[in-house]
Amino acid sequence: METITIPGTPKTPTVEMNVDSGIIEIKGRSIPENSIDFYRPVVEWLDNYSNSPASETKVNIQLEYFNTSSSKCILDVFKKLEQVFKRNGEKGVVINWFYEEDDEDMLEAGEDYQSILKIPFKMIEIED
Amino acid sequence: MAFDIEGWYNEIGNGDIIAHHKGAISAELISRVLEHVENELNNREEKSKLRKKVYNVMVESLQNLFHHTENPPENVKLGDIDKKFVIFVLKKETGGEYSFTSGNFVIEKRVKFLKDRLDQINYLTADELKILYQLILNNDEYSDKGGGGLGLVDIAKRTENRYEYSFHNQNNGHYFFCLKILINN
Repeated sequence: METITIPGTPKTPTVEMNVDSGIIEIKGRSIPENSIDFYRPVVEWLDNYSNSPASETKVNIQLEYFNTSSSKCILDVFKKLEQVFKRNGEKGVVINWFYEEDDEDMLEAGEDYQSILKIPFKMIEIED
Repeated sequence: MAFDIEGWYNEIGNGDIIAHHKGAISAELISRVLEHVENELNNREEKSKLRKKVYNVMVESLQNLFHHTENPPENVKLGDIDKKFVIFVLKKETGGEYSFTSGNFVIEKRVKFLKDRLDQINYLTADELKILYQLILNNDEYSDKGGGGLGLVDIAKRTENRYEYSFHNQNNGHYFFCLKILINN
């Protein structure tokens, strides 16, 4: 399996998933009309990755906007990471959820995921 | 008397308009409108929190229209447009808040579903909306249009306002669905 990079567009985020370092990043805007098509390769990659993950997986999610169809796909991404967490334990996976300091809705969105999932989340405020 | 769609559009199109449209909706149109709205809100130096709320409401609303509008029935003439017809207006109200109003065709069997969903959302408290949002987010279901049925709940949760809505019978099993939401500053 290979490291993959998907460049960002005005409606889709930059995605970088490094199989060696275990660093997974999703940054930018996620507002495509069809989120399922966009996230399919990401979820498939994670499905493979969860079989033999790096000793530590660090996930950085830094989204400016995301639509509700992306929110379901992002939950699918996190559910794959939950499998890595089950395999590697607490030190094995951390999700860094970045939000801008005045963006309470984005913080709340991270907390919604946190309440559904059993993976450690770190909420990280970005100052302007 | 039949509902006057053109007259309604003229009526809601008065005031401090940020974006308006009467015609077909496409992914390209949505991109152009979102870019325009973002620039306009920046030029008006609106606070970041309000800019983000308006932008999020626009994304969800326009994509709802894109995925769910029905083509106009044969008895309704709207110039050359016969597919994916929608109306929408984003404007700043005199109190400083923004409003987003839209209109689109729906088939009769969707009317009850939409009424029930909108009445439910309007009835729920902020805490109950949050619970409903999490339940739908985590229900593992995607609609046939690729959406998750979360859009209307998300908008209400963000704006903390109630929807104003109406359905107007256009015959041939079609209704014209008018929807308005306020976004407070």
